[in-house]
Amino acid sequence: MRPPLREIDKPLLAVTVALSAYGLATLYSAGQTDVPTFVSTIWHKQLIWLGVGLVALFLMYRTSPRLLEWATPYAYGIGLLVLLITLTAGTGAGTAASERSWISIGGLRLGQPAELAKLAMILMLARWLAERREAPATLRDLVPACLIAGVPTLLVAKQPDLGSAIVFIAVLFTMLYWAGTKPSLLLLLGSPVIGLILAFSTVAWGAWIVVLFALLLWWRPYVWEGLAVMLANVIMGVIAVPFWRRLAPYQQNRLLAFLNPEVDPRATGWHVIQSKIAIGSGGFLGQGFTHGPQKRLAFLPAQHTDFIFPVVGEELGFVGVLVALALFTALVLVLLRISRRATDPYSSLCVFGMSGLLFTHIIENVGMTVNLLPITGIPLPFFSYGGSFLLTCSLAVGISLRVAWESRQSGYAEL
Amino acid sequence: MASSAVLPNATFAVVSALEERRLIFPGLLIQPEPKRHYPDSSLVAHLVGYIGEVTEAERAQRRLAPVRLGGLLGKDGLEREYDDSLRGADGVRFVEVSALGRVVREAGAASTLPPIPGRALSTTIDLDLQRYVARIFPAGQRGAVLALNPNSGEVLALYSAPGYDPNAFVGGVDPDYWRSLNVSPAHPLLDRAIKTFYPPGSTWKLALATMGLKRGIVTLRSHMPIPCRGGLQYGNRFFRCWSAGGHGDLTLADAIAQSCDVYFYQLGLKLGLTSLLEDASGLGFRSRTGIDLPGEITAVFPGGTDYYDRVYGPRRWTSAVTLNLAIGQGENAQTLVNMVRFYQMLASDGRARPPYLVHPSAGSNVSLGLLPEQLAGLRQAMISVVERGTARGAGRFGGSIAIAGKTGTAQNPHGPAHGWFIGFAPAEKPEIVVGAIIEFAREGPYVAPLVTRVIGHYLGVDTTAASNVRIVLPTDTAPHPMRLLPGPPSIEDSTIVPTDTGATPPDTGNATPPPRDR
Repeated sequence: MRPPLREIDKPLLAVTVALSAYGLATLYSAGQTDVPTFVSTIWHKQLIWLGVGLVALFLMYRTSPRLLEWATPYAYGIGLLVLLITLTAGTGAGTAASERSWISIGGLRLGQPAELAKLAMILMLARWLAERREAPATLRDLVPACLIAGVPTLLVAKQPDLGSAIVFIAVLFTMLYWAGTKPSLLLLLGSPVIGLILAFSTVAWGAWIVVLFALLLWWRPYVWEGLAVMLANVIMGVIAVPFWRRLAPYQQNRLLAFLNPEVDPRATGWHVIQSKIAIGSGGFLGQGFTHGPQKRLAFLPAQHTDFIFPVVGEELGFVGVLVALALFTALVLVLLRISRRATDPYSSLCVFGMSGLLFTHIIENVGMTVNLLPITGIPLPFFSYGGSFLLTCSLAVGISLRVAWESRQSGYAEL
Repeated sequence: MASSAVLPNATFAVVSALEERRLIFPGLLIQPEPKRHYPDSSLVAHLVGYIGEVTEAERAQRRLAPVRLGGLLGKDGLEREYDDSLRGADGVRFVEVSALGRVVREAGAASTLPPIPGRALSTTIDLDLQRYVARIFPAGQRGAVLALNPNSGEVLALYSAPGYDPNAFVGGVDPDYWRSLNVSPAHPLLDRAIKTFYPPGSTWKLALATMGLKRGIVTLRSHMPIPCRGGLQYGNRFFRCWSAGGHGDLTLADAIAQSCDVYFYQLGLKLGLTSLLEDASGLGFRSRTGIDLPGEITAVFPGGTDYYDRVYGPRRWTSAVTLNLAIGQGENAQTLVNMVRFYQMLASDGRARPPYLVHPSAGSNVSLGLLPEQLAGLRQAMISVVERGTARGAGRFGGSIAIAGKTGTAQNPHGPAHGWFIGFAPAEKPEIVVGAIIEFAREGPYVAPLVTRVIGHYLGVDTTAASNVRIVLPTDTAPHPMRLLPGPPSIEDSTIVPTDTGATPPDTGNATPPPRDR
């Protein structure tokens, strides 16, 4: 059955349209600098991408979840393939000269496959978890899910695009949670990362190992699983220092600048300091639309992509930020509601994964602009300029619209 | 002068020897006493119960109808329930005795009080049917069978296995036998028809269908929003149907025939938790049937949503409990007699007629509240259960009688599931309703044919053709086995809850409390 347009889920559509309009306006403003650059007309391009996104959205709205489920392995396979091609033939554009995140043909940059790969991974995870029909109960059950998420994560991390790699991991955890995995199991799965982070202080790492040992005694997983978790944490503690040495200098600097931006305010601390100044100077009502001095004088770096959020803060102030965050919250909540009422496990997991994806992007991006999280270059949904990610978001919303229609049309949503 | 028994059941040789030496034992009274005899022994054990010497505690309780010290008292079953009328009254005789204890002179007829013999008790049991049930009940299995006349509530047969020999209690029970009854993991003293809880499993689905029909939420032709694809996604949980392959799109009638869990999950959601709990109370799923046997336990079902607040804490439970309740799992513990009473309503005009063995109890005002055509539709669906549904094959024997029924599998966290079947016939105008539960039946090859053969025997149909039928009960279960009734109201996590097996032994006093089987 073809879903008619008038039966589209109004709340989700309204939030999406509002966010797109707000984002486009902000992007227009981001281009209004005293010395015009290529950014000043970039909103034209974004408008075209919005059009493309709209088409994609309606295509997905017309696609049955069953067809999507069938096509999922192919989408995932293609996603991995393109990521591999990107690694060998990709072109750089980011902070580091070696970065290979873009696919381009004849100098024309087509897009960042990592963004679409995120969607492919969500679909694949949803399919695998839905087919199981039972919550993973042991770490062994989680191995296939970790492989599905792990392969694209490694490929993306190799580009290197650490921000997106973190998103892959975060989405894996949110989807495992929705599939019914016990939080204790998720903590065990994530414990090596905690071990890695804490390894920079021997005392903290030692305390963590003791806590972990107590938790293992408390939860009593299978012996070999407990051993594996313990071993992974110890290995993390051992390799932490060599791992740190192998990080690219810019990655090290970002982490150091996160801990203390004033270490080198003119280079590594620059982004965070300028971003905080911009947001802080916005005050309650802001400097006025298109009038933010930080942005006009080009103090804000990457103001049309990663650091677009400070533009909102500077020009529209606390109120503007509040409206933006309220819209984002509404978007995530609407998606969660759709996921809860979905008629089948695959749809439910898909939508939940997408809400996790958007949530991670929002938290990571907003968090880095206010120095609550280290800087990782990932876009803010519907605000940052970028075709691939806008397309990804549109596809996600389109799929969710279809799932919402399915549950309402069947009458299940009212039960 | 009170006397107490020194040697019950004395043999002829002992009596002769003692009579010869009367002079040596002046206080000895050798007295013939009538003895109980139960011709059908263990076949009727749980019906008739057993007797034993009255204990101090029991004497203290019976101030109004005193029993003399050393007297006998019904301890279980009909013996206990109708002890007063079975007992009669002891007579009194005043005599003059010589120094040797011989009667010298009667004190005269005026001061003699003649004994009153106990009254005969005539029960509703069809002894032929009772014997038949005991004969075909699978040997070595634990369980119970209960047959009622749906139009009067008369109990036609009540059999619980394993049984015991009530004759062994006459004149004092052998301590070893008493101990073996008490320590046996099978709890032979336990009447499984009235003293044991079981999750009703899918036999409960008719209750849910009744609620839905009564409230006008569904008709027998209604479909549910989501067809059965082997389970139902609710929130982030996947509630399985017993058939992993799914049943597709069903009507209520088909869903009963196929025992489709997904249909009833959604019916439960449509009904809503509050209505479900309310209607269950109204249909008598929180009460006793009042059968005239001692020790019937009260069925357990939450009275309201505050039950969940108490057990799990406010806001710490979700409406997913509705899904479990909808298919007879979760916080639901019924006795066989209570479930059969519900099916009795389905088999009659919808009004409850409480089961009884001797005297009908006070009239019950419980009724299904269904229109005649709705009742007829439910019966038609239950005929389909036997003819082409989950019990197909079970009713395939010579006669032209339509048997209606419903299978059930009660999930048991301690081992293989318990198998249920409750049926009645002839479906157009039922004359008998039979319910059976067999513990740990797992594949349940016995339950449905057992019931249909009992029905066939009662109605005089040749049932030999059904004897080889082996049907497989659906393993219709919720995805996550849950402990039965966690926390209050104090129900052990054992599925079998013996309440009265540890009754005070008649004269030994050294019985140990029965161990729980886990």
